[in-house]
Amino acid sequence: MGCSTVGVVVLVTGVARHLGARFAAEVRRRPGVDRVVGVDVQPPRLPVEEPDGPAAPYTFHQLDLRRPAVSRVIAEHRVDTVVHLSVSATGLGSTNRSAVKESNVIGTMQLLGACQKASGVRRLVVKSTTGVYGSAPRDPAVFSERMQPKDPPGGGFAKDAAEVEGYVRGFARRRPDVAVTVLRFANIVGPGADTPLSEYFALPVLPTVLGYDPRLQFVHEDDAVAVLCRAVDEPEPGTVNIGTFNVAGEGVLLLSQCARRLGRPTVPLLLPAISWMASLARQTRLVDVSPEQLRLLTHGRVVDTARLREVFGYRPAFTTPEAFADLAAAQGPGLLPPERLSAVTDRLAALLGPEAPAAVTAAVPNRPHRPRS
Amino acid sequence: MSAAAENAPGEAKVIPIESAPSWSSPEGPGLADRLAGAVGGALSGQLGPAATRLFGKGWEARATEGLAFLRRRITGDYEVDEFGFDRELTEEVLLSLLRPLAEKYFRIEVQGIENIPAEGGALVVANHSGTLPLDALMTQVVIHDHHPHHRHLRMLAADLVFVLPGVNEVARKAGHTLACNEDAQALLERGEVVGVWPEGFKGIGKPFSERYKLQRFGRGGFVSSALRAKVPIVPCSIVGAEETYPMIGNVKTLARLLGLPYVPITPTFPWLGPLGMLPLPTKWTIRFGEPIATDGYPAEAADDPMLVFDLADEVRETIQHTLYQLLVQRRSVFF
Repeated sequence: MGCSTVGVVVLVTGVARHLGARFAAEVRRRPGVDRVVGVDVQPPRLPVEEPDGPAAPYTFHQLDLRRPAVSRVIAEHRVDTVVHLSVSATGLGSTNRSAVKESNVIGTMQLLGACQKASGVRRLVVKSTTGVYGSAPRDPAVFSERMQPKDPPGGGFAKDAAEVEGYVRGFARRRPDVAVTVLRFANIVGPGADTPLSEYFALPVLPTVLGYDPRLQFVHEDDAVAVLCRAVDEPEPGTVNIGTFNVAGEGVLLLSQCARRLGRPTVPLLLPAISWMASLARQTRLVDVSPEQLRLLTHGRVVDTARLREVFGYRPAFTTPEAFADLAAAQGPGLLPPERLSAVTDRLAALLGPEAPAAVTAAVPNRPHRPRS
Repeated sequence: MSAAAENAPGEAKVIPIESAPSWSSPEGPGLADRLAGAVGGALSGQLGPAATRLFGKGWEARATEGLAFLRRRITGDYEVDEFGFDRELTEEVLLSLLRPLAEKYFRIEVQGIENIPAEGGALVVANHSGTLPLDALMTQVVIHDHHPHHRHLRMLAADLVFVLPGVNEVARKAGHTLACNEDAQALLERGEVVGVWPEGFKGIGKPFSERYKLQRFGRGGFVSSALRAKVPIVPCSIVGAEETYPMIGNVKTLARLLGLPYVPITPTFPWLGPLGMLPLPTKWTIRFGEPIATDGYPAEAADDPMLVFDLADEVRETIQHTLYQLLVQRRSVFF
């Protein structure tokens, strides 16, 4: 609409985090973007690097979204596109659950209130999570955007996200002139992503729940940034970027498969034991394993991404296994590196006789060994 | 089939190592390396001829195949679909474990396998019986083994299966999913052969006196799914499963206490302890009937309750009649 005559001014919340910082840097390079305004409760950990080549100017405002100050920032810069990335599982600095919840939910309410008053706002993009579907044994195997969870998340970040989505739907009803996009991301992984799940996979030995092998999906942070950028732009012909979309890489990995690809041994424990361990780890601030994450690592969750590919018009560059391979490469070898294990089986095969190595390749004609870069 | 049977000795060695968590010691690779050297050395030396006698000719090639399989498993280099179906594990391990039961123990006679299409979706609807869902597992084995295209049956299982630890894991890996409209729809649209046992617990947990009497078919949700996906419905009649665990009693109090649909009492269980869990070696017949086409109906047919009930009844009648036919032809329960 207006983006050809007047440049777009993008407000990004949550820029102190990895994804927010990457997105803010990326969106500055988009043609038609006039200015990018970043807000967060604290300045980014890493200094903002000036992108090479032409880029829109960038301003950072340190403010708490829970206070109405964001309204002033929107008015001052005449913001027309708001990208809300600060809804997050962990707080910056504080790990207090109620503080995190307040910043997620109250912060969103304040932001939406400010947007409602600002007549110049034309587009709102909200980062949500596939956690809103919960994870329960009695749920369908694959969630599409229209499904209601049988067992909605009872607390934690997923409940925050579900509440945030509720407020966003209310906002969309009150301001039908604003294009609203809700992006439900699967677990974002990548060399730099600082999500709780990457903390879990960094453990030398992975505790798992005995008798369960959850199906997991990942989305690479490059894809996450690309999807956010597409949501900010005018939609390409034949695609729609308004509405709710699941964002995940194609394919599925089981937790056991993840552990083997990482070369990390697993310790299957009974569910009560592992719940107790998780709460102990939480209290001692050793690792933050929230109850909802534990549910994910018990029952798993898979979402349908047909709408992302066919309606939104984006096919993630990384499949789930490829995104996970990137995480694995960044984590360094585990106790049982897959390379060494396959070297053992190869040696055994070689000992079986001269014709044996040929038999190995003959036995697996359509399964080339996937290189893990 | 014969190739798979030949694989069995190889796998028997493979499975324990693969699932053993004791490999988790930091010494693992070094130890495994030495182990590999020792085993390899022994086999190439004196044990070689002995192994040939024991496992038959060509055991080296099979062992190599087993090693390639082991290598893919321990490095996680295999694929599962969105429902968690692990094709390789199912074909190499799970079906191999069930196959002797189907071929040697129940000596299943399969009729009308050609009624399952070579490709594309189909909904197999069968009668349920026998206290434990052995009939469902055996149907999966025979469809894979007897069908020229070795199709995998994706079953819709009761939610109890996905609540139980261990069971849910294996069920997902074997390609089964929760019996709900969304999953049935998704699988049929992906062109899979989906299996459904609409009688549910009413069928599998019915007393022995009501054997081969089909129970109510629920709401007929399976018909709606087939109509929406426009796939044929293949009625399937299973004879022999009723007598594997003749249920002569049901400990309802204990069942309620454990949250189970029933706790069976059979002539052997619980009197003989674990031995009572052994199914009786009955002779089975599984017949796949003429497919019932659903692509001739208009798009809104799936929401027409009368049509859905009519079709469900047609399927039910077909299965019931076939059951009576097969029972008349049966010489004995065990032969």
